[in-house]
Amino acid sequence: MTHAVHKDHAGAKLGMWLFLFSELLLFGGLFLLYATYLARYPHDFARAGKGMHLVFGTLNTAILITSSLTAAMAVTAIQRNDPRKVLYLLGGTILCAAIFLFNKYLEWSSEIGRGIYPNSPRLAAGPPGESVFFSLYYLTVGLHGLHVLVGASVLGVVAWRVKKGIIHAGDYALLENGSLYWHLVDIIWIFIFPLYYLLL
Amino acid sequence: MGTADQPETAATSFWNDTGRSGITSWIFSTDHKRIGFLYFYTVLGFFLIAVSLGVLLRIELMAPGRTIMGPQTYNAMFTVHGVVMIFLFIIPGFPGAFGNLIMPIQIGAQDVAFPRLNLFSWWLYITGAAIIITSLFTGGGPPDTGWTFYVPFSERTTTNVSLAVFGVFVVGFSSILTGVNFVTTIHRLRAPGMTWGRLPLFVWSIYATAWVQILATPILGITLALIIAERLLGAGLFDPARGGDPLMYQHLFWIYSHPAVYIMILPGMGVISDVIPVFSRKPIFGYKMIAFSSLAIAGAGSLVWGHHMFTSGMSDTAILVFSFLTFVVAIPSAIKVFNWVSTMYRGSISLEAPMLFALSFLILFSIGGLTGLILGAAATDIHVHDTQFVVGHFHYVIFGGAGFAFFSAMHYWLPKFYGRRYAEKPAIVAWALLFIGFNITYFSMMVLGMKGMPRRYYDYLPEFTALNLTSTIGSWIMVCGLMLMLVNLFRGLLKGEPIGSNPWGGATLEWSIPTPPPTENFVEEPIVTHGPYDFSRSGIP
Repeated sequence: MTHAVHKDHAGAKLGMWLFLFSELLLFGGLFLLYATYLARYPHDFARAGKGMHLVFGTLNTAILITSSLTAAMAVTAIQRNDPRKVLYLLGGTILCAAIFLFNKYLEWSSEIGRGIYPNSPRLAAGPPGESVFFSLYYLTVGLHGLHVLVGASVLGVVAWRVKKGIIHAGDYALLENGSLYWHLVDIIWIFIFPLYYLLL
Repeated sequence: MGTADQPETAATSFWNDTGRSGITSWIFSTDHKRIGFLYFYTVLGFFLIAVSLGVLLRIELMAPGRTIMGPQTYNAMFTVHGVVMIFLFIIPGFPGAFGNLIMPIQIGAQDVAFPRLNLFSWWLYITGAAIIITSLFTGGGPPDTGWTFYVPFSERTTTNVSLAVFGVFVVGFSSILTGVNFVTTIHRLRAPGMTWGRLPLFVWSIYATAWVQILATPILGITLALIIAERLLGAGLFDPARGGDPLMYQHLFWIYSHPAVYIMILPGMGVISDVIPVFSRKPIFGYKMIAFSSLAIAGAGSLVWGHHMFTSGMSDTAILVFSFLTFVVAIPSAIKVFNWVSTMYRGSISLEAPMLFALSFLILFSIGGLTGLILGAAATDIHVHDTQFVVGHFHYVIFGGAGFAFFSAMHYWLPKFYGRRYAEKPAIVAWALLFIGFNITYFSMMVLGMKGMPRRYYDYLPEFTALNLTSTIGSWIMVCGLMLMLVNLFRGLLKGEPIGSNPWGGATLEWSIPTPPPTENFVEEPIVTHGPYDFSRSGIP
């Protein structure tokens, strides 16, 4: 018997799903805090939520959903043995990720400019629920942004491997897993968006 | 099977048939057995460091007032003792060392599902450990918060909490990846015929543990990340002055850290379930219930974290619910204990070293478990909360349970990998010293707690002196036992009597392959035709 004679695609995917569970729970801690503090400070949370940039939030939601679409299409394209198309689609996803982060940068700059950031004098002077809301917002969205960065980098590596022909129609577990990871990044945003921008 | 079958060590084995040698053939190896030994020796090293700290703590508490160290050193020392023991020894210890060494062989696989990820996990573990060690000697000095890093103190202390917590975060990531790897391995790589009902109970316990690692550890990750955010950004999420609630920290921390207790103890229970039938010469009693109770403990154990917080000001309803759920977890634990005892009933019991450690596990874990119910019942908990009673109880479960199971596993399985065994008599003397010293040390602590001595206190009232001195003397007996055990074990593994492939007469797959195992484990893929404790059908008298 020799090592690594056959590759276990189902196993690789199972491993990825398990890892995604752990990622969901990582964010779960923050959502738990959100739920507790929302129950304690419903009015402060509502007031703080009204001050969010709905335009940036909506725009970024559309961008991320589009990026997930191109990531999913990349998997179909590799199954149809069209590496050129895969590269274009993955490029689209990575471009969307960059636009998303740029928007985030603009949004955060504007908020920080208005004196809204953790431990800021303005929040310290306001009601306690608002300070908690924005601290949670920065941490949750910051952690999500980190995942966008990691996900885009992973897809970058995947694209490079597709270009080198290491990932091809016969062996694309890494592309599929990278794409799964990207969907996770997307789905966490799908929860962040209503909780922070829409509901309140 | 006698020892005469293979008097010499097999000519080729995973020690030498890789074609590579030197340190890089180990630290960059993807062989699960080599990675298992990387884990084993690193966790053993950290265990010995933390033991030394524990002994120093006991010496400090030998008499009231200052004995050998100042209060700040004492605070740092019990913190580091806890952090190293828990995050660097016992949590990575079982899955990392014996999970890697044994589990793939027991299911008839050549390796784990993701060998490179396995190696990466070890590197993450070492990186995290290095960060924790660095935090002791840099910045504001070693953390002094206790291993629980409770707010608000952990936000305000000037010691090096942020770096230490980051190190624990990295170690936690390693633990998650090990869990992912093991669940996938057990699902995908079982040999033909190795049905779920034929999995050795050690594998079942590693499986349940791996799920806890995957699902609970991320909560620790985010909690620790939040401590860093509190310290560096001033997020104020746990600071009442800024709308936060310190109680939420305790909730988040224990959502992980209570299930983590099961990461520590479940594999130990798996070892016991494998050792007891072999040394009783009887199939395990209640295989299905033991396997199921591992999953039940992992599941129900995830819902009981609030019993750490009965005095924290949590609502009475919450106390009631958590107290009830805590009693529910006692059921699967008791199922296991009764099944182990029933396995031994009318068996042909041979009291060799692995069995002695397994039997002491039964006694010590039962004491630890029952004292756990005293803490799980809200009324009695109020009396002994945060006293030495808790320290005693915890050590009965984790050291008396998981620790003794680890020693049992060392005596049971390590000879398989070295091809040589330890001397029996010194091993039994060492066991006796450990068992006696253990009870003197920790039973005194429980009595002290009942009398009202708080935990983590540097100084105490004169009436506690006699019991504290007794406890400290017990710790010295334990150290003697530990040293004798390690010297005898490793002398034996290197120079002892050679053994055959199945020295104990086990029926699980690891005893069917050559000693020491070859790199590929199995010469040809095994086909499993009987259960793991079916001694008669595997040709063992």
